[in-house]
Amino acid sequence: MATVNFKDATRVYPGADHPSVDKLNLDIGDGEFMVLVGPSGCGKSTSLRMLAGLEEVNAGSIHIGDRDVTDLPPKDRDIAMVFQNYALYPHMTVGDNMGFALKMAGVPKTERQQRVQDAAKLLGLEDFLNRKPKALSGGQRQRVAMGRAIVRSPQVFLMDEPLSNLDAKLRVSTRTQIAALQTRLGVTTVYVTHDQIEAMTMGDRVAVLKDGLLQQVDTPLNLYDNPRNLFVAGFIGSPAMNLIEGEVSEDGIHIGDYVVPVPRETLGKASEEKRLMLGIRPETFELGEGTDGIGIDVGVVEELGADAFLYGTVTGLSDEEKLTAQQITARISSRTPPRRGATVRLKIDPEQVHVFSQADGRRLTETTGR
Amino acid sequence: MPRFLSAQPDARLITLPWDTPLADWPAEMLVALPRGISRHVVRFVRVGSEVYALKEVLEHLALHEYRLLRDLVRIDIPSVEANGVVLSRFDPDGEPLDPVLITKHLQFSLPYRSLFSRGVRQDTVNRLVDAMVVLLARLHLSGFLWGDVSLSNTLFRRDAGSFAAYLVDAETGELHESLSDGQREHDLSIARTNLFGEFCDLEAGGLLDQSLEPLILVETIENRYRELWGELTGVEEFDGSEMHRIESRVRRLNALGFDVAELDITTDFAGSTIRIQPKVVDAGHHSRRLLRLTGLDTEENQARRLLNDLDYYRARTDQQNADEAVVAHQWLTQLFEPVVSSVPPGMRAKLEPAEFYHEVLEHRWYSSERAGREIDVHDAAQSYISTVLHQLPDEALAVSTEDTLAGLANPFDPSMGFADADDGQPYDPWEDGDEAPAAGAEPAEDFLDIAALRARTDKPTLRS
Repeated sequence: MATVNFKDATRVYPGADHPSVDKLNLDIGDGEFMVLVGPSGCGKSTSLRMLAGLEEVNAGSIHIGDRDVTDLPPKDRDIAMVFQNYALYPHMTVGDNMGFALKMAGVPKTERQQRVQDAAKLLGLEDFLNRKPKALSGGQRQRVAMGRAIVRSPQVFLMDEPLSNLDAKLRVSTRTQIAALQTRLGVTTVYVTHDQIEAMTMGDRVAVLKDGLLQQVDTPLNLYDNPRNLFVAGFIGSPAMNLIEGEVSEDGIHIGDYVVPVPRETLGKASEEKRLMLGIRPETFELGEGTDGIGIDVGVVEELGADAFLYGTVTGLSDEEKLTAQQITARISSRTPPRRGATVRLKIDPEQVHVFSQADGRRLTETTGR
Repeated sequence: MPRFLSAQPDARLITLPWDTPLADWPAEMLVALPRGISRHVVRFVRVGSEVYALKEVLEHLALHEYRLLRDLVRIDIPSVEANGVVLSRFDPDGEPLDPVLITKHLQFSLPYRSLFSRGVRQDTVNRLVDAMVVLLARLHLSGFLWGDVSLSNTLFRRDAGSFAAYLVDAETGELHESLSDGQREHDLSIARTNLFGEFCDLEAGGLLDQSLEPLILVETIENRYRELWGELTGVEEFDGSEMHRIESRVRRLNALGFDVAELDITTDFAGSTIRIQPKVVDAGHHSRRLLRLTGLDTEENQARRLLNDLDYYRARTDQQNADEAVVAHQWLTQLFEPVVSSVPPGMRAKLEPAEFYHEVLEHRWYSSERAGREIDVHDAAQSYISTVLHQLPDEALAVSTEDTLAGLANPFDPSMGFADADDGQPYDPWEDGDEAPAAGAEPAEDFLDIAALRARTDKPTLRS
């Protein structure tokens, strides 16, 4: 087991005008499950591959435990890549399918058997060890593939979108299993995905990247409750946070005919900006009375059990303007949700409003201790 | 209705039963060709005279592989040809089915399962290994990271006594400007593991010749790759008095079948030490030359053989000073074409034309030696057809024989292994019992259940 440290690690592809990974500083704790997430081209896979030794590190360094591995070849790093691609060999038993790489590495037979046995126990596959793999379910096949990595007992597991070739149902169940297995094993794991839901449900901590730059690294809940900038605010959460631009007044921000109250000290952090961005999570809205709340013309209502999703635009727009206006999404719990075409007020708890600078996207609101 | 994405649509494919999962397609549409193992459902179908390989796979993977296979053909890498992707498939109940990637079956190709099996000669094994190594080096020279190097993802074609390897599966591939050493090492380490696994699997199934040892095979492949890579890209330093070494390096590369497009030559200040390194090398030295002269598109060793025959023809007809292209045309119309078209129609699926011509040249050599005089090539062709060719199996479409099918659980899917008495499902605590480590209810696919996440994080058992 080991810690992993990226120190100003940088990767510039030949001919590229900016780095794919730009001075990444990331400390991953011993036994931690760290997820790297971000849109395509953000540098998450490149970071993982730098750690694996597949990509050159142009500047900075990478450490596993107290070893500087920056210039070590992949095979000397004591890491195991878990692949989305694995072949199960039909004529070999499940046990041999898990342990054959140890045979290649010259591990003695008794030790090999012991390690396979231990892994099988952990994976619930003990009764399958002497079977051929043909009758295995999709989930069991995934576990055999995990077993191949586990028997090698590496210091670090690396997983690059391991679920991307699974169908939706298997993907959801496998992600829960991988996370639980990692907790049991306690082996430091670095996991790459483009899917923020996968990241949020699996990681102990999540590192959000964009354009080669680390945006924020935090626990899933802190990312959700205290996004450090507009990008993280918009990227994390599904349905996404409403990001609404409004004009600054003395005690708040104007959205339509309503002023969302914002403390002066928050506004003061960007005193030169006349317009700021408000971030409001859909589930923090409540239906308001009279003039209390942002006025919304409801366009679509989606009822989901006890909750309803409202999609609408700020009141007072012409039909033509509505087509291009920003959609506001609210999740409200109400037995009688408003109908399509209705005008409603959406009340907000000022504590739950995030304010961001328009100029550089940084968070202006105080961090909440939730 | 399904949607077809294709650069060269084959209208006959449109009427296939796309609303049925590939695994359930009727046997009469399928061809049982020997092939490697695969994670996805793969079937061969016959449509008119054409055979296609169909693979059922998620949409993003199907599109990725389709485009990549087309790119590989464009940059002249031996690979199977992607024909199209079938998207938006639904079964009769309206349930969505995974897309299907369609590739053309590579004629005259032989999968490894039929090559490494019982009775294989050591020198055949060496040639197969070399073909695999050349393919990997060519891919790496082109900046292609395979990501899943394996025998199952490779097909072999005969090449004048040797073999030429083709890439079949590019699902995990990535095309880069160039590869780093780390990326190549990664591919090599995947190759080691996969090939070792495949050889052990053949061994476990009693399908590997007993004289072959998986670990030695894998080590040979790795060593040969390193040797070839060193020759293709390595730096060579020598004294200024040994300038001939530049020429010999180029000749060695030509002999390996590679052309040198750029050679970097540097000297020290005094000019006493020369340092050379090939910067751009292209495979297909001989096959390109033959194509330019005759229009024949062959494998590398076949081309080498045919070019030798062309040189011999030129000398024999005393035309050393004539234009090479004119002589090549004569050779083509007076020798190659008549010899190849002398094969009776019923035997044309046995060997490719260039391979047949190579075999005739071999046959002529032995016959001439026996007879103590030179046998005419047309006579040699007739003799080869009547004494050898008629006994060979058809290889254009190497349909599984009863021998290779024996015992398979599913003749169309070798990934299922042999049919044996492995009945009854063992106990799986993760699927049958309550030991499954699932934490709470499974979340819906596209919705972040933040309440569940808060509840879970509050539990003391989980690390914060």
